Amino acid sequence: MTTTITVTLRFFASIREALGCGSESCATSANDVAGLRDMLIARGAPYADALDRGKSVRIAVDQQLCNESAPLRDGAEVAFFPPVTGG
Amino acid sequence: MPVPRVSIQTVDFNLADEVAALRHGDKRVGAVCSFVGTVRDRNDGADVAALELEHYPGMTEKAIEAMLGAAHRRFDIHASRVIHRVGLLQPLDQIVLVAVTSAHRGESFQACEFIMDYLKTQAPFWKKEQTPGGARWVDARATDDAALQRWGIDSSNR
Repeated sequence: MTTTITVTLRFFASIREALGCGSESCATSANDVAGLRDMLIARGAPYADALDRGKSVRIAVDQQLCNESAPLRDGAEVAFFPPVTGG
Repeated sequence: MPVPRVSIQTVDFNLADEVAALRHGDKRVGAVCSFVGTVRDRNDGADVAALELEHYPGMTEKAIEAMLGAAHRRFDIHASRVIHRVGLLQPLDQIVLVAVTSAHRGESFQACEFIMDYLKTQAPFWKKEQTPGGARWVDARATDDAALQRWGIDSSNR
């Protein structure tokens, strides 16, 4: 049986600009970040390009850097952003 | 109230005040090392009129706190402090402060560089430059990945 969870998506910098959105609530049946990213890419433009796997996109779940194998739970905060350039 | 170890702020900071607070009353301290990053007027072949710094509120503070924790485990240091500014900055403005105290200079020098190398590729900040050709997001640098790799830590920032 597929369970649906709700996660909060956060987007920053060039990805936020490309999507025209910094945050959204999202219902998903994905159980890891890879599945969630697949779902977002499948929405088509502008998500498909902004989150394309040919691009360097960093991911944080609940404000911890992680990779696409990170599991999701209901209520998780999942952020997608470009390489960081502080300092 | 104790001084926080990490501050993300739009306002400027004063190096002398921060160093004085960091070593205040600590007679074990024999070395203070600090680094201040400032806004250049040129980057990647273009004139930079201004810099807009975005960050991920909440995660930024946690990520830098974790870096300071790592520095305290790795080096024999007494106190550490990071201030990072966000928002709109101009050439000559201060952007970032890292300051560390220890008994001897070697640990402070190393910890200061470690924290800065870590912050460059693992703290969620993004710079957007205003140039004569328009606004552009700053690209991550391979040299920053290499700097962190020297400490045995993978950057994964590109």
